[in-house]
Amino acid sequence: MSDNTADKVKAIISDKLGVDIEKVKDEARFIDDFGADSLDTVDLVMALEEQFDIEISDKEGQEIQSVKDAIAFIKSKC
Amino acid sequence: MKRVVVTGLGMVCPLATNVEESWRRLINGESGIKKVKSFDVSDLACKIAGQVPSENVEQKSDSLFNPLDYVSAKDLNRMDAFIIYALAAATEAIKDSGIDNATDSEKERTGVIVGSGIGGLSVIYDTALTLKENGARRVSPFFIPSSLINLASGHISMTFGLKGPNHAVVTACATGTHAIGDAARIIQVGSADVMVAGGTEGSVCRIGIAGFSAARALSTSKNDTPEEASRPWDKSRDGFVMAEGSGILVLEELEHAKKRGAKIYGEVVGCGMSSDAYHITSPLPNGDGAYRSMREALRFAEVSSDQIDYINAHGTSTLPGDLGELRAVERIMDGKTTGSMSSTKSAIGHLLGAAGAVEAIFALMSIRDQVVPPTLNLHDPEETFIDLVPLKAKERTVKYALSNSFGFGGTNASILFKAF
Repeated sequence: MSDNTADKVKAIISDKLGVDIEKVKDEARFIDDFGADSLDTVDLVMALEEQFDIEISDKEGQEIQSVKDAIAFIKSKC
Repeated sequence: MKRVVVTGLGMVCPLATNVEESWRRLINGESGIKKVKSFDVSDLACKIAGQVPSENVEQKSDSLFNPLDYVSAKDLNRMDAFIIYALAAATEAIKDSGIDNATDSEKERTGVIVGSGIGGLSVIYDTALTLKENGARRVSPFFIPSSLINLASGHISMTFGLKGPNHAVVTACATGTHAIGDAARIIQVGSADVMVAGGTEGSVCRIGIAGFSAARALSTSKNDTPEEASRPWDKSRDGFVMAEGSGILVLEELEHAKKRGAKIYGEVVGCGMSSDAYHITSPLPNGDGAYRSMREALRFAEVSSDQIDYINAHGTSTLPGDLGELRAVERIMDGKTTGSMSSTKSAIGHLLGAAGAVEAIFALMSIRDQVVPPTLNLHDPEETFIDLVPLKAKERTVKYALSNSFGFGGTNASILFKAF
């Protein structure tokens, strides 16, 4: 997959967590760095499922805690 | 018992997005009822409503509602419109009262009691469609917190750091009045010094209009001339017009307000409540429940009915409701009064759970400015000795102002204010 995937993932994170796109760095963690709560992360996982037309189990969703996790997970699935 | 005064007002309604402009347009005899264009009404019997002025809703107000003035883009999908309206009105009321500068210990003595008639009807409707069409996995984690009625109070508490009692009233169209009455009692017994109280509603949507239409509660004869549709006590009236918005008041213990030199709009001197014990939607034809509600407010205040200068009526523009209230007011006035009564729903429609709060604010403004708002579209009134303030606002002395609200289920509430 191209970096296009990473850009799409970052755009969804920016939109769902209300964070400027420039701040969506690979190392950033949703809860610690973006102030997300448990509902935000569920909402984010749902948006990723919809955008990439995949299913993410609850267990897999709970392990996606950073921008890097999300990009790696989507690349592994698509 | 401690005395309770009103020190802050905030409002979002079909006339404007703040108190002063709404009040000015109301006194000018303007209407906020328009054809609905923001969603499909082609198969609905009623095609009109009182919607809050915004980019999507054409109104002649100077102010337009922008939710991003009150919540972040990220938080927009965490709350239905009724919560956003409440946050907007609370922001205005809290700023108006000056309690936004409260200390941490004062905030622990400041509570919130804001109710809604229906809550997040629109998001419930949308989510039901998502569930049916796309399955359970597509239901938003924000669905429940964006639709729960007490989340209006919850968000106001979180936004302003108010840590006292946090509560919500649900009594259909009497919600706003009950919220003010209950908040006053909380202060009277010393459980809080300040209460942010009122009602909010955002249920002008397809399922909302369809539901009230099915109950034959809405006006359907004036879809082409919407400003004429809400006509309380006019013999040709044929139902109410749904509306949306929020009214919020800051109630405060008198000595607390005096100590900080707060502006005082009036004193809450009585609140009466009663039940018809009669029918799910229809009021008692003789208005006995409404009568007992007003009588209780007067008894508590130790005020006689001939002292009432202005009644902001429930006056929804339905055939049985208007007549029952009129008979109740005639009875409590015992055949004579110099007071006036009007229905501001003639201009803004029926804000359901927010109605009582918005109308309480209008009652307080009538005390402030010594003028009572008109009942629009009242050309052929029911027979009565009561002055119903037809068509034009009237300057007059207003020392005592009463506001009535009655709801489905036969619940009644009346709140009495006195000039301070």
